[in-house]
Amino acid sequence: MIAEETARVLPAEPSALEKVRKILFGRLDTMLATGIIVVFVLIAVLAPFLAPYDPLAQSILKINRLPSSENWLGTDQFGRDVLSRLIYGSRNSLLFGFISPVLAAIFGTLLGVIAGYFGGIIDRLISRVIDLLLAFPELLLAILIAAVLGGGFWNIIAVITVAFIPGFARVARAQTLSVKQEPYVEAAIAVGVRTPIIIVRHIIPNIMAPIVALMTLWVASAIRIEASLSFLGIGTRAPNPSWGNIIRDGLNSLFGSPWPIIGAGVAITLVVLSFNLVGDAIRDALDPSTAR
Amino acid sequence: MHATSAVGTERVAPKAGQGSVLSVRDLKTSFLTSRGWVEIVNGISFDIDAEETLAVVGESGSGKSVTALSIMRLLDPEMSRVEGSVRLADRELLTLSPAEMRSVRGLQMGMIFQEAMTSLNPLQTVGKQIAEVLTIHDRYSGQAAMKEAERLLDRVRIPAAASRLNDYPHSLSGGMRQRVMIAMALACKPRLLIADEPTTALDVTIQAQILQLIKQLQKEEGMGVLFITHDMGVVAEVADRTVVMLEGRAVESDTTEAIFERARNGYTRALIAAVPKLGQGSENGPQHFPTLDRKTGIVAAARERPDTVRREGEPVLSVRNLVKRFDIPGGLFSGPSGRVHAVEKVSFDLRGGETLALVGESGCGKSTTGRAIMRLIEPQSGEISIEGTDIRALDKERMRDMRRHIQMIFQDPYASLNPRISIGDAIAEPFLTHKLGTKAQAREKAMDLLERVGLSADMASRFPSQFSGGQRQRICIARALSLEPKVIVADESVSALDVSIKAQVVNLMMDLQEQFGLSYLFISHDMAVVERISHQVAVMYLGEIVECGPVRAVFGNPQHPYTKRLMAAVPVPDPSRRKQLRPVNNEEVKSPIRPVDYVPPVREYREASPAHIVQVWGDDWKV
Repeated sequence: MIAEETARVLPAEPSALEKVRKILFGRLDTMLATGIIVVFVLIAVLAPFLAPYDPLAQSILKINRLPSSENWLGTDQFGRDVLSRLIYGSRNSLLFGFISPVLAAIFGTLLGVIAGYFGGIIDRLISRVIDLLLAFPELLLAILIAAVLGGGFWNIIAVITVAFIPGFARVARAQTLSVKQEPYVEAAIAVGVRTPIIIVRHIIPNIMAPIVALMTLWVASAIRIEASLSFLGIGTRAPNPSWGNIIRDGLNSLFGSPWPIIGAGVAITLVVLSFNLVGDAIRDALDPSTAR
Repeated sequence: MHATSAVGTERVAPKAGQGSVLSVRDLKTSFLTSRGWVEIVNGISFDIDAEETLAVVGESGSGKSVTALSIMRLLDPEMSRVEGSVRLADRELLTLSPAEMRSVRGLQMGMIFQEAMTSLNPLQTVGKQIAEVLTIHDRYSGQAAMKEAERLLDRVRIPAAASRLNDYPHSLSGGMRQRVMIAMALACKPRLLIADEPTTALDVTIQAQILQLIKQLQKEEGMGVLFITHDMGVVAEVADRTVVMLEGRAVESDTTEAIFERARNGYTRALIAAVPKLGQGSENGPQHFPTLDRKTGIVAAARERPDTVRREGEPVLSVRNLVKRFDIPGGLFSGPSGRVHAVEKVSFDLRGGETLALVGESGCGKSTTGRAIMRLIEPQSGEISIEGTDIRALDKERMRDMRRHIQMIFQDPYASLNPRISIGDAIAEPFLTHKLGTKAQAREKAMDLLERVGLSADMASRFPSQFSGGQRQRICIARALSLEPKVIVADESVSALDVSIKAQVVNLMMDLQEQFGLSYLFISHDMAVVERISHQVAVMYLGEIVECGPVRAVFGNPQHPYTKRLMAAVPVPDPSRRKQLRPVNNEEVKSPIRPVDYVPPVREYREASPAHIVQVWGDDWKV
């Protein structure tokens, strides 16, 4: 009898990789979205090989041209090739899109876990600061900080990161509060495991699912915010292309040559939509409580 | 197996279900899973007559609850398929439209479930909820419905029914909530009551009350009862006939007496043998459960177990006047509004190789005592010494070292292992934390321990999700053992396990006690298991130990009224006692919440027999 009960082992759960594969290719819409993201990432990586012209090369002879076989999406007010600028612009947009949520997730999770695990005065202090940051809309906060610090790559990254930290901290804190109650955490305390090791080994791995889901959703927001900041002139500095400042430049010649705006608009829409779809799918798969 | 299932149909075949309240024929239920249709229940048949109780008994995953849900047609029609025939008073239920089925539920069949709290709407008073049942089925309206609700509460023996009508579910105790559920189920005088584990979540004294109540109401109303349970003791208490289920099949079906006296099926016999019974304590201290082969039903007699207690020398664990109180927060600017006296002046000694059981019902402070000893919570006062060292005086670092000597096994085997750490690493973690050796040695140790708890060493790289509840509890035991502790605090460690698995884990714990000379502080509400495993027992009530002593003295000759009540409430796996209708007792377990200025009375203890200590009780126990 004992042998019967103890010898049997249940099949292994699907590995994380398998789960991700199932999420990304399980439904038609997420599969399409994943495809679009992959294409855009490839475009960004291979920009020097794909772009037909130098995105910064101006030409007084080719101002505001309409699409032709020479310039597929026409040229802008300085005679720069719009397609090349879009292709190079995807580098800036995607870099912002990826780096800020990752940084925000790291700092936010750390703050949230510390607040949730230790509680008391530490929790109250961190939570109040987070509440304060949450009181501002992300975009407004970003504009505020950007206005003080000025534009530039790392400034924008810092701006978006700070704007995103509260969300991650909130989620991490709530998750920590519930994981902290799990008997396996108590078991570790009872064994005498040191606090930092408990946090790294027993808490953080078990709160990562919603954090990863949130991160994917916020890649879309980061891209949008970067575009908005660049549009307002406090984001990526001209003449470096980003989707936001391509729209800004295109505004001046909207009726003569709408192609820069249309091109950048379509790119932003596609990427943001795709990340939102994938983010939703990941959240549904990892966090059963929000699944439909 | 075919032979045994024929036994069940033999008795009912001639009348072919005619005239019985419920007649189930060849019920098959399948669920749609990622692997296609999987049959959960394959071919169950039984009949229930008026005034008859049929128990469907089985371990988790046997398909007993799915059987009940299929009969009630409460399964999602898109994800499940029910075939066969279910006839309630000669009306086929499986072909009824959803609207017709709605009028059958409630009107002709009532249901009660395990979790009374989640089955009641927390936002409505209980009176309104009962009245709603009455008005939906057009039996009463408005004021008359409320009047009838009051009468129903009275019928389920709720004291002061009229004033309880306006109570919300959260202000009632678990037992009272289950009574409200019964009142709702019986509101329209159904012919059949389906009870799915109705007492599993309740304390043993409350369970006894609810079982008595169901029996009495059944007699008054003349209804049939389908009783789903995993507890053979409960089966013996309530059921006229019993169907034993294993992996979706009825392996045996007969009168309850016949099942208990001369079960044909090996599994049935194994199940009955594994049921802990009171009054089986041996002269020679704790003894193993007899082990049975599931397939053949052959009993392997338990070998005599040597005495493991080391009587000389000082106790391994000694607790003196332990006190833990929790404040209940009041408003923003006022102090606490009350205080939970979870543990009040608890004292006991645990010797080497000895098992001391703390028994009591929920809220009696037994778990809090265990957690305070582990210093998972800080007690207000008292002394806890391990081999003479007062651990409450230790600083953080030295406490960390002391933890090597005292370890804990928790109740829920599913939650006490980190799902993202392999079991080998989990068992090695304590060893590495205390730097008792290299990583290679830790791995070796983990493999050795896995073998010792009856698993195999090559399982070390697997993750907790791949193991069943009983296996996980073995892993937790291995983890606790990796530091070679002197004392293990086992907090309800076998309560969540199925009976046959429970017997095996208890046997394992006894084996390990022999091998390592361990002392156990065994915290449990299950009197029968306690009688098996422990040398000493301490009965707790409202945070205090009311009676304490050797198991045979306390269980054989209980002195305190609470101990007596607890003993009387334990279901006895003896069907011949069933016919006795005992009066329904309404005694609730009192609350340990006291006003802030409450000063606990000074207790005196007397010795009933050598080492058998009883608290001298006050007026509240004088009946």
